Amino acid sequence: MADPLGVESDEEECRICEGEYVVLKRGEVYKSVQVEKRKKVIFEKQWIFMDNAVGQLYGSTFEVDSGGILNLRKPKQDEDSTDNKEAGLDNRHIVDDGKSQKLTRDDIESLKEQGLKGQEIIQQLIDNSTTFKDKTEFAQEKYIKKKKKKYESNVTVLKPSCRILAMMYHGREPGKICHLRYDTLAHMLTMGNIHAGSKIIVFETCAGLVLGSVMERMGGHGSVVQMYPGGGPVRAGMESFGFPSHFHETLHEFPLCKVNALLSGTLNLDEKDMDSQSNDSADKEKSGSSQVSSGGGEEGSSEPQSMEVSLDPAEAKKREEREKLREQKAQEKKAKLEEKRKRLAAAAALLEGRNADGLVIASRFSPCSALLCLLKFVAPSRPFVVYCQYREPLIECYTKLREQGGAISLRLTDSWLRHYQVLPNRTHPVLLMSGGGGYLLSGITVAAAASGAQQKSSEPAAKRIKLDEITSTADSSA
Amino acid sequence: MSFVEYSEFIKEGDVVIIFLGHESMMPIKVEAGAQTQTRYGAIRHSSDLIGRRFGSKVTCSKGGWVYVLHPTPELWTVNLPHRTQILYSTDIANITLMLDLKPGSVVCESGTGSGSLSHAILRTIAPSGHLHTVEFHAQRAEKAAQEFRDHKVAHLVTVRNQDVCKEGFGVVGVADAVFLDIPSPWEAIVHAKKAFKRKGGRLCSFSPCIEQVQRTCETLLEQGFGEICTLEVLQRVHDVRSVTMPLVYLGPEDGGPESAKMTTDPAAEEARPVANPGYQSVTCRTATPPREMAGHTGYLTFATKPRG
Repeated sequence: MADPLGVESDEEECRICEGEYVVLKRGEVYKSVQVEKRKKVIFEKQWIFMDNAVGQLYGSTFEVDSGGILNLRKPKQDEDSTDNKEAGLDNRHIVDDGKSQKLTRDDIESLKEQGLKGQEIIQQLIDNSTTFKDKTEFAQEKYIKKKKKKYESNVTVLKPSCRILAMMYHGREPGKICHLRYDTLAHMLTMGNIHAGSKIIVFETCAGLVLGSVMERMGGHGSVVQMYPGGGPVRAGMESFGFPSHFHETLHEFPLCKVNALLSGTLNLDEKDMDSQSNDSADKEKSGSSQVSSGGGEEGSSEPQSMEVSLDPAEAKKREEREKLREQKAQEKKAKLEEKRKRLAAAAALLEGRNADGLVIASRFSPCSALLCLLKFVAPSRPFVVYCQYREPLIECYTKLREQGGAISLRLTDSWLRHYQVLPNRTHPVLLMSGGGGYLLSGITVAAAASGAQQKSSEPAAKRIKLDEITSTADSSA
Repeated sequence: MSFVEYSEFIKEGDVVIIFLGHESMMPIKVEAGAQTQTRYGAIRHSSDLIGRRFGSKVTCSKGGWVYVLHPTPELWTVNLPHRTQILYSTDIANITLMLDLKPGSVVCESGTGSGSLSHAILRTIAPSGHLHTVEFHAQRAEKAAQEFRDHKVAHLVTVRNQDVCKEGFGVVGVADAVFLDIPSPWEAIVHAKKAFKRKGGRLCSFSPCIEQVQRTCETLLEQGFGEICTLEVLQRVHDVRSVTMPLVYLGPEDGGPESAKMTTDPAAEEARPVANPGYQSVTCRTATPPREMAGHTGYLTFATKPRG
């Protein structure tokens, strides 16, 4: 495993290539971008050209210069050069009069324009602060940290992962992922027993983040069927993972509007409704464009007849080319439709077996009807997990599943997450914490009960279990 | 059956989870001819289990019935024989995500303990990853190795019986992730550092006490680890139920005498079901927290080992 060849190939995988998806990081801020040469990227109100990142190792940190060009930073450069021996004992002499900093806003701006680096600006700020030396050691550290965040322009380029993207979305655009917090996503993947080689149904409206996370855990083995509402599947978040192409071969999609048809066996895979619809719009487009071109032709035909004849060879050639192009386009469209139908058939075949190994739902839609419907495609003794930003819709799911049977070990949960500042003699929880990360309903499918009445009668009995009974049965099994 | 691959039917030698109802479960190893007693009566392995589909209902000798479930690392966590304090799914989920685990990852873990986390790691890194797990207690190491064989994941794991603080993980330059759940994690960090691949990786240390976290973080910083982050995560369970609450009686609405209301609309009042005689009530479907819950398991400290 540790042979030199392995290390070599390992090394190649760690280099940033053009076209790849990467994540930019500064402090706690992340942004997903695709590496393209000569293309501007905005990160933290700053223009950046990714050109110089190409060929460098993942995890490298760059300094952004005033032209947006990345310059590789040598590791171990981020040690504080600002070693200040002088420090106060407490803050009794520090008065907030707004006069402690002698540099004005304009002064700082002009320093920036002179091309001073972040580190140098911070040193200037310290030198021009009348109160810095009276601050306690801790307060000085805090001051430098705060200023660093403001004036340093370092960017670290990371390889995307479920962790990084989940934290990125949660930090930047929680609305796009239904406020799904990363620890809740972690719990979904674990409770769903997502692993290589399984067949998982995913219904999400979290920009493709949940889909991508499921695919990452499957490592390109097995299959994923994405159930999508509306016109087509949303996958931007999944694309940001930058999966190798063979991962995409495991991904299928199926429209939710055809689920009932599939369940009742009335799904017609050769049906023309989808095709004819898109054909109609294509026809309209075509007729529109032909009108324009014929309009142009009419202008030409207003010229004397003889002219038209004399133009004929060139015009005919053009027309022929146009015709060819149109035919080609029609062919392509037809091939695309054929491809789409094939994909639909493949997804339908995966679902029809009704033997999926798991179901993951995380959407802005009311979950109950989708859950009850999609559970029919899951084999018995498989886990399922439903995320909802709110608790009540999951209470409804819980109640309906209890009535209907076919699922056991139902649990409605949410999680509480707190970060800590760990410093010598100053360890405490971080002042701000997330108020909530959404709710989860998890459970396990079982073979459908023969009669609902029997299922119900079992419930009270189950609750009457005494502790000694459990231990005695456990003992007898050992 | 395997902990890293689903099967449809129960075979001899499988481990199955018997679901007795409402959080009551037990694991059994399926052996032809054997019997297992439950409070609903005996389960005969040959006739009741072998060849049956996972998830089906099995009727026991006393007429009661149970479900037989396919094992998963999560079911194992709540059913395994405790040899030590174990990690539960909430912490496991976050460890798995924050360590960037996926199929193919190579992971070093210490201690193995009762194998709760080990099973979850194996599930995630299969089919091409590997787990190197180190346990200083000889009997525990042997038991864990036996379980990995029984659960058909032995090909994905190497169990070593040694002290990680003194002898390390027994491998160098192979790991994508390192997990520590030992009393003095700071003593193992130099070994952890050596275990990582050249390109680096992610480390997690689980400690119940803040003093342990303090020392661990100091050592991580000294050893050049970055992105050091300590967090705590708890799971809250919401018990779904219907609750009925009586409505307070505020007297007749129009300010008239009480008798006037009684005469104007006596039928409506009688028609409603009342929990308490004399009071109307409302029923709502809600979820309540448990009377007690796990309020602390441990602090999770994560860090990134940079390249080099």
